[in-house]
Amino acid sequence: MGLFDYFRSPPSKSAALAKERLQIIVAHERGSRRSSPDYLPALKKELLEVVRKYVPIDQSQVKVHLDREGGCEILELNITLPDEEQRLGPQR
Amino acid sequence: MATVIVVTSGKGGVGKTTTSASFATGLAQRGYRTVVIDFDVGLRNLDLIMGCERRVVYDFVNVINSEANLNQALIRDKRVDNLYILPASQTRDKEALTKEGVEKILNELKQSFDYVVCDSPAGIERGALMALYFADEALVVTNPEVSSVRDSDRILGILASRSRRAEQGDPPVKEHLVLARYAPDRAHRGDMLTVEDVLEILGIPLLGVIPESPAVLQSSNAGVPVILEDGSDAGAAYGDLVERFLGKDLPHRFTMSQKKGFLKRLFGGS
Repeated sequence: MGLFDYFRSPPSKSAALAKERLQIIVAHERGSRRSSPDYLPALKKELLEVVRKYVPIDQSQVKVHLDREGGCEILELNITLPDEEQRLGPQR
Repeated sequence: MATVIVVTSGKGGVGKTTTSASFATGLAQRGYRTVVIDFDVGLRNLDLIMGCERRVVYDFVNVINSEANLNQALIRDKRVDNLYILPASQTRDKEALTKEGVEKILNELKQSFDYVVCDSPAGIERGALMALYFADEALVVTNPEVSSVRDSDRILGILASRSRRAEQGDPPVKEHLVLARYAPDRAHRGDMLTVEDVLEILGIPLLGVIPESPAVLQSSNAGVPVILEDGSDAGAAYGDLVERFLGKDLPHRFTMSQKKGFLKRLFGGS
């Protein structure tokens, strides 16, 4: 090999290509990952207030989660209601 | 109070278990009481790399399920004082790791150890998430190769958003880059990402560069963490890494290509 290497064309610098591709894809993926909108805590608080008008729940029973898949955003709301008895209790 | 360190990467086969074994061994050699936990439920391998596979009686999941206590499950290393291994279960599935169960055991270990090293499985599923959730610091193991670097960046995002520190608004998990399987000659020729390239893309501090080395396979054949192989380049690199982790300012070795003589260049050989 060694002797013939001198007559070959210089090898392509594939690492430079790797770096360029990585910089682009990593920047892209970071962009879509980071931007968790800052209205989420306020949304959660207002939701809690609305639900509380009808059912007694506390903060830990409301879960708000935002996901991104492809170009699509999914807002997931999960509200755990208390047991039937607890709910009816205060009204009796 | 003990420090919990996760060894993680996203991608498989980049050297997480090799790094966990040598890092934990290096900390114990320097006098710190250290336990290393295998979080790869269903595919345990840390026991083989540490050479204690025939001494496994109880495992991590047995302790979580209160089928054994920690003292029964912890394996004391025969070569290095202060070093203990908690093996993963080979028979259960990943769902056996609950957040409450893992927390309970980590809290118990933190009472009697200085460092708790969590060897994460590959991927970003439950085992990997549980391994990093309680971490104070993270060793992100990366190879100078596109898919590994991309997956490491993904894991950094998860550390920043889904660890307990992130969820509770505590100071973030302290991140360290471990660049493994590095071949300085190939990087120098432009065939491999250089240390600087990877640092520029990932943007976290470099803890150590582990050179591609036959010693890693040889020591795993024998069940000896490579850091214990005196005179091996990878072992020395792990030794430096541990010293740096403990605060010593050491230059990075094994990042320069070896100068070849004229005859060797002419007639080849690497």
